[in-house]
Amino acid sequence: MKWKNYTCLPKQFRNERIFDGCGISGYINIDGTKDNGKKIIDMLCILNERENGLGAGFAAYGIYPKYKDYYALHFLFDNEQSKERVLNYLEDIGYLIQSEPIPTKTPMDVSNSPIIWRAFYEPRQKKGISSDEQVVQLVMEINEKFEGAFIMSSGKNMGVFKGNGWSHEIAEYYKIIDYKAYMWLAHSRFPTNTPGWWGGAHPFNLLNTSVVHNGEITSYGTNMRYLESFGYKCTLFTDTEVIAYLIDLLCRKHGIPIPIASIALAPPLFDEIEQMDKKYQIALKSIRATYRSAMLNGPFSIVVGFANPVPTLFGLTDRKKLRPLVAGISEDENTLFLSSEEASFKRLIIDSNGLYTFKKIWHLKSGTAIIARLDEGLIREGFEEPFKNIKLTVTGI
Amino acid sequence: MSLSHNIPSYFHIKVDRESCKKCKRCTTHCSYGALSFNGERIVADDSKCVACQRCVVMCPGSAIRIVKNESFLPPHGNYTRRIRNILWAQSGNGGVLLSATGNDRPIRTIFDDLLLDACQVTNPSIDPLRETIETKIFFGRKPKKLEFLTDKKDSTKITLKTEFMPNFEIDMPIMIGHMSLGSISYNTCMAIYQASKELNILAGSGEGGLHPDFYEYGSNIITEIASGRFGVDINYLHKAAGIEIKIGQGAKPGHGGHLPGEKVNSLISQTRMIPKGSDALSPYPHHDVYSIEDLAQLIAALKEATRYKVPIGVKIAAVHNSAPIAVGIVRGGADFLTIDGFRGGTGAAPRIIRDHAGIPIELAIAAVDERLRQENLRDEITLVAGGSIRYSADLIKIIALGADVAMCCMPVLIAMGCRVCQQCFRGLCSWGIATQQEYLVKRLDIDVARNRIINLFHSWNEELKEVLGAMGIDSVESLRSNRDRLRYIGPNPKIAEILGVKHAGE
Ligand code: SF4
Ligand code: SF4
Repeated sequence: MKWKNYTCLPKQFRNERIFDGCGISGYINIDGTKDNGKKIIDMLCILNERENGLGAGFAAYGIYPKYKDYYALHFLFDNEQSKERVLNYLEDIGYLIQSEPIPTKTPMDVSNSPIIWRAFYEPRQKKGISSDEQVVQLVMEINEKFEGAFIMSSGKNMGVFKGNGWSHEIAEYYKIIDYKAYMWLAHSRFPTNTPGWWGGAHPFNLLNTSVVHNGEITSYGTNMRYLESFGYKCTLFTDTEVIAYLIDLLCRKHGIPIPIASIALAPPLFDEIEQMDKKYQIALKSIRATYRSAMLNGPFSIVVGFANPVPTLFGLTDRKKLRPLVAGISEDENTLFLSSEEASFKRLIIDSNGLYTFKKIWHLKSGTAIIARLDEGLIREGFEEPFKNIKLTVTGI
Repeated sequence: MSLSHNIPSYFHIKVDRESCKKCKRCTTHCSYGALSFNGERIVADDSKCVACQRCVVMCPGSAIRIVKNESFLPPHGNYTRRIRNILWAQSGNGGVLLSATGNDRPIRTIFDDLLLDACQVTNPSIDPLRETIETKIFFGRKPKKLEFLTDKKDSTKITLKTEFMPNFEIDMPIMIGHMSLGSISYNTCMAIYQASKELNILAGSGEGGLHPDFYEYGSNIITEIASGRFGVDINYLHKAAGIEIKIGQGAKPGHGGHLPGEKVNSLISQTRMIPKGSDALSPYPHHDVYSIEDLAQLIAALKEATRYKVPIGVKIAAVHNSAPIAVGIVRGGADFLTIDGFRGGTGAAPRIIRDHAGIPIELAIAAVDERLRQENLRDEITLVAGGSIRYSADLIKIIALGADVAMCCMPVLIAMGCRVCQQCFRGLCSWGIATQQEYLVKRLDIDVARNRIINLFHSWNEELKEVLGAMGIDSVESLRSNRDRLRYIGPNPKIAEILGVKHAGE
């Protein structure tokens, strides 16, 4: 592991965006059963062709039932002073319900390891602004302005654990195996040009939304400037952050259901739209025109987890499918798995001596979302027409 | 003889006596009277030549060459030949000098200092010959957000509540700018409108009214309401795909339209609804728009008149304060906003204004796009940028700087045969473009001209796709405002800062 660059990228690299190849994995137990971290670690670590020791991370949902009503803030601090400053600030503007170190297994010979901290927090009620919005602003503020501090995640009953190292090192360091979650996301990376930094590893998170991403967004400038008009600050020198913010904007701020938000991110081609019924044409063209700046271009596959209103796992690739994403569902149809490679699923089968088996393993259609919800199960399988299984009404026709 | 007649010509007409067949064709083709036959041979009057090249092209013996007048004026680095010519012309005629086309001063073009990005390794480029790359654009206002309601009991029941405003779908992010019937000929207009319909792009009507023959192309025409209100009737409003209120034009910010009486024949007098032979000078401001509230009212009135069926927009010239003005216009209800840069063309404009007023479109668009974003208004409107979009490279760069649509005129005229002689205001265009004289207008073959425009924009659109593909982008929406994909190599870092573009190497 690299014991430096925790809360920001070294100065000489700040002008550049980080490009990387990556391994991504994730799964959800539809009935809400919680697993320890073993499966997700196995799924991720087998993808070792896709990493070069410069970053990995995990997101786990359902891990803090005791504090489930409070925002679980996961921090990276460079030193005690930055920690004190941030915690004092939080006490000024809200309530710290609990504040403690995140358990880690730091190797003996490290002298300046980061301070890994968590705080369960509730902002003070303010008129005209929701607590969610207050926390979003807080995250933007701390990550932009507080030197030596970085918020890794800010959702409720969930958390992100990430850093600069091989996936197995990060898993050990954060003792991922000890957490119990109903939904897991994981990421390992192969950055091309920078030493990497801890905060810059994936998953990227805002409130309950976490994103792991493989690829490079060629529309970054367009997406970033669009988000800036809505008050988001893109300061992390990576394109994954824009994906997290776009999903936050579409799903939380604009209240768009995720199957439809996925259309805004990777819309069908106009040639395909022209073939559809009038009603769908109007809906799809409205989406494309209104959210033309939210469309993601360039090679990507993403796995997204979020918890509002219903915990959901969501996967998507770019319209040309220039990055891989494979889906698998367990024999009992209770667990939906997504991964960059089928190897992740094979690993689970082999490790369990064949006890763990899959009912089906399949490849997604380009630009088509796969979505599974807690309790409801698989609601989109990743190869449907845009409005399949949706009873759509369009006002005015 | 007054001094003004002695202004040394820029050009010299060389007629090769050996190859001249004495057919006299050149004398009839030259609409400026520079060539005549004295019974023995062709005589050339250099002082009348505008280098329009008509005689050169038409001469069956290839006997004519227009060359630079080598006659050398005493050199002076400050009182250049250009300045001296201006002074001689003014002291000869005592009036405001007219000119046409766009600003011809050799001011550095910012477009030429911008470089494009392309993919290597980490993101694959896209091959436009094998993969789809989309260039469709929605022209008009968009809502800030769409409202989808999910049924409380059945989450698969979803209702799209937001009703979409009128938007016009065009197949390329291109609009042919406003050139009025009057400044250009009937044949030129017809070729432009036919090509626009065929390409499914937009063309502006200019402020010259809409001849009934053009109604059938109305679905691709944006008509223009200018301060003179020439030719505005119910058809002008109802036959069009959109309406634009012209506040200003890049070639002459602060000025109204300017059609010399020489060009007002009976056809023009009918469509503009003005007397034959009279100068059609639009008032400088709209006399019902002295403030932003007045403009908002005019926009509202036009929306009422057109039953909210078509987008209503506003065009302003790129001036120092374009950004806050643009915000006011969008708040005032405009569905699209056109910014016309200081190099924009004209059929006739006072030279002093053409050459010295306004700012470059690159800077204006960057500033307007940025300010509209700060106010969270940018994505609601269609931003059109004109003012010397010379070729596809400029189109690509202006979109990356923030425009939705690039508007251009000169390339269309050049495609049809214009040689950029800058004499449009005289109404003698030897190519049948900027003229109303029947014998000249006939020279422009509508079919040929239309096909050349179609070819031109096909090629621009293909080149746009090539560049998008190289950038790993499969839809032009993802290029708009994507300044990340531009780099600056010019001498002035301040320009890069205003454009929001990094320097090459960064
Ligand atoms: S057109 Fe050519 S060949 Fe004919 S008279 Fe003129 S110069 Fe001579
Ligand atoms: S349109 Fe005609 S008059 Fe005007 S610049 Fe072109 S060639 Fe000359």
